[in-house]
Amino acid sequence: MKNSLGRWLVPVIGGLAFVFLLVPIAYVFVFSFNDAGRTNLTWRGFTWDNWRNPCGAPEVCSALGNSLQIGATATLIAVVLGTAIAIGLVRYRFKFNATANMLIFLPLATPEVVLGASLLAQFLNVGAELGKGTIIIAHTVFCISFVVVTVKARVASLDPKLEEAAADLYASPMQAFWRVTFPLLLPGIVAAGLLSFAISFDDFIITNFNSGNVDTFPKFIYVAATRGIPAQANVIGSAMFIVALLIVIGGQVLAHRRRKMLAAR
Amino acid sequence: MSVQAAADKTPAPDKRRGGSERGSGELKEERRRGRMGYWLILPGFLFLLLFFVLPVFSLLATSLYAKPPGADIGQFVPALEFNNYVRMLGSYWPELLRSFGFALIATAAALAIGYPMAYLIAVRLRHHALLRGILLVLIIAPFFTSFILRTQAWKQILADEGPVVSVLRTFALLPDDGRLTATAFAVVCGLTYNFLPFMALPIYANLERLDIRLIEAGNDLYASGFTTFRTVTLPLSMPGVIAGTLLTFIPAAGDYINAALLGNNRDTTMIGQVVDSRFFRVVDYPGASALSFVLMLAILALVFIYVRRFGTKELL
Amino acid sequence: MTQAPLQTENASAVGEESGADLVLGAITKRFGDFVAVEDLDLTIPAGKFFALLGPSGCGKTTTLRMVAGLEQPTSGTISIGGKDISRSGAHQRPVNTVFQNYALFPHMSVLDNVSFGLRRRKVRDARAQAEAALELVELSHLAARRPAQLSGGQQQRVALARAIVNHPAVLLLDEPLGALDMKLRRQMQVELKKIQTEVGLTFVHVTHDQEEAMTMADTVAVMNAGKVEQMGAPRELYELPRTVFVANFLGKSNLVAGDIVEDRGDAVVVNANGNRLAVLKERSTVQQGKALIGIRPEKLRMMWPQDAPADAANVLHGTVLDTSFTGVSTDYLVEVPGIGTVGVFSQNHGQQLAQPGDGVVLNWDTEHAFGLDGAEDAQYGAPEVDD
Repeated sequence: MKNSLGRWLVPVIGGLAFVFLLVPIAYVFVFSFNDAGRTNLTWRGFTWDNWRNPCGAPEVCSALGNSLQIGATATLIAVVLGTAIAIGLVRYRFKFNATANMLIFLPLATPEVVLGASLLAQFLNVGAELGKGTIIIAHTVFCISFVVVTVKARVASLDPKLEEAAADLYASPMQAFWRVTFPLLLPGIVAAGLLSFAISFDDFIITNFNSGNVDTFPKFIYVAATRGIPAQANVIGSAMFIVALLIVIGGQVLAHRRRKMLAAR
Repeated sequence: MSVQAAADKTPAPDKRRGGSERGSGELKEERRRGRMGYWLILPGFLFLLLFFVLPVFSLLATSLYAKPPGADIGQFVPALEFNNYVRMLGSYWPELLRSFGFALIATAAALAIGYPMAYLIAVRLRHHALLRGILLVLIIAPFFTSFILRTQAWKQILADEGPVVSVLRTFALLPDDGRLTATAFAVVCGLTYNFLPFMALPIYANLERLDIRLIEAGNDLYASGFTTFRTVTLPLSMPGVIAGTLLTFIPAAGDYINAALLGNNRDTTMIGQVVDSRFFRVVDYPGASALSFVLMLAILALVFIYVRRFGTKELL
Repeated sequence: MTQAPLQTENASAVGEESGADLVLGAITKRFGDFVAVEDLDLTIPAGKFFALLGPSGCGKTTTLRMVAGLEQPTSGTISIGGKDISRSGAHQRPVNTVFQNYALFPHMSVLDNVSFGLRRRKVRDARAQAEAALELVELSHLAARRPAQLSGGQQQRVALARAIVNHPAVLLLDEPLGALDMKLRRQMQVELKKIQTEVGLTFVHVTHDQEEAMTMADTVAVMNAGKVEQMGAPRELYELPRTVFVANFLGKSNLVAGDIVEDRGDAVVVNANGNRLAVLKERSTVQQGKALIGIRPEKLRMMWPQDAPADAANVLHGTVLDTSFTGVSTDYLVEVPGIGTVGVFSQNHGQQLAQPGDGVVLNWDTEHAFGLDGAEDAQYGAPEVDD
């Protein structure tokens, strides 16, 4: 039967793809236990030391702190601005609709190198001092676009009648937004925020152009790569991966339980 | 672009069942007019205007700056020095072409891997909500390990003294002096690896909304899984595929981390590396800006041709 | 569980206005070049079940949305109990709507849906009142469910409870039964009517289904192209339509064109291709010139030629074209030379049935005919053939 080929081909390729995706992470995880010393290139024996003392290489932790702070701030700004744009673009008509959509699309169609270089050119021209602020601005630019496209899909699938029903039931525009629109958009907003944070946290190129001498986690690793990455970086990388996984899977499990509970009633 | 395109194209279950009785004239005003809309988009657009549009013009301006005779390093004056473009293109057209070539191959490879991945989660596991959620998270979670750390890991896995090379040499799949790192192959693999989530996610978002009954109807009518895929599933998921290929190709073409970590200094240099070194090592701001601008224009041109050819206006 | 009896609950701010007339004064609504509603004057008396009936795009939904405050009229005023509400927002009007496809909040339980309006107005015993409303629609046992877990009919009732719990001065229903299947629709028609009588609110019901409008409403306004064609009790509209549109849209009508040739005092006689048809003057909108004589299919008597009355008025000779037997009755299509096809609806009381090709005679009582302006297109408002 012809069908059988496709039947196992998809799971096999899909499964291998996941292996491909996760192999380096497994490597990073394993080498976080390496008794490495200065260069974490070859296996020198098992130790808990790196995990017991993740800030043993102090620059790692301060870089991580910067990354978290920048990611959170950029995500917050992008989510607020982007959600407003998404609602505006879907629900209202503008004379310059095409231009507006283009302005959202362009940052996604611009390679990071160009985005980073153009902001740097701008900051140099106005004489701005490079640092956390400039990194946050740079990250927010591309995060907004990701938020807009993600939330827009959610807004488009939201029946405008629901807001009308709220207004009809004595909800002021503000109440209608916070009690009806916002809760219904929330899954999309959370997804957009998660994506924004992930991309910001992982960004190197744009950061590298606009960071001055502030270190972020990826930048620290890149710079360290030439003289050897401390095993503490592996600890942080693994821990972040696990934390992200636990948070989201925890949420999934809770949602799953609730669905089951509702279905059982 | 990405998720949006996916959402708009696929036929969602008809919510307006039995509700077709509103007149055409009464439907016209689905989208409101009004000042509220402007207030919603204004702050975000001001931000983008200030920190995206303006900088691009800054980049354009900088790309035309000239270096006055006898000036210090990093000192330039506003000018219309079009020679910057000639100079840069004359020296670096091979890197530019190579970047597009690498990005193209990586995009094709990511599509070949990412599509089955998305299909597996969105269609095959449609009724396993929990497993689906977990696999979906696994696509995004690697971002948190940092892609430089992961690329560095690949470098060590594929290193000359690493496990893969020695296995391949043992089975004579690789000549004794053959290597995996510091090759064009390694760079393309790295690009494929790093941008795979950007391919898989939009396709997933699209396939997730695909009505499975369409596939069943296709199987019923054509009786062959592959024919159904080719004639039903793939065309319906095209918006996702287009979004995914764009989100992979664009950053891949501008990337330089993979080339820097997995390539060599001879035949794997990508344009991003040149821009970076012009900016920070040579301190040739006009040259670096000119190259960036060329890269941006070239990508935009390719994107528009591509979208015109295959796409829908929802992409924009 | 404590339950506030819903019918007597009259203390809320909004409830006070129950029992007030809804008056639309010269309402016009334009969307660009398109005129959805044109210079509409309408008074809907308090406590009535009022239906706005018309085809798609006739402006009935737009009218409803203007009353609800979801659309602003281009010009004109809307007032309830003498108070002009034209400029107040949807959330400030003592009006509630049962939306087409219900628009229930998917993220809230049924009870939260129903108490939403009460809580926005900070009513003290919101929960008890919401429970009472659910009791009224017989859904108390589903209060904790989410809307997605309910059937279409149940969702419909939640939407109704969510609206009436607020005791609005006017309750608007936008094609409320459109998404239900035939059987459930019948059942809900009866139930809606019952609930309206119980709570005594003014219901304004928008529908394109003439049977639905006639079953439930005390007064029906037939709308077409942004205007009210005719308004009245269902029976009045049916028995004595005043325009071709109403005659065709509300049930079926045979319309025969001719010229008025004789005045008999209380009636006029029309010559339709040699056939003399009489119509009472008080049942005709025209007294001279061209006229359309209308007669409902069930008012026609069909007989064999030998049984035809000698009296020459209101008699048509024809040939049966087609028959369809439905059990309680038979629908005939009869070809009358010089006039066209005439529909006849004949109740089954055991008589011998005519077959296609049989010659027959049609006859009716003068007081069942109605006269319309002959300048109009006799097909206007009739459903499409394949409908």
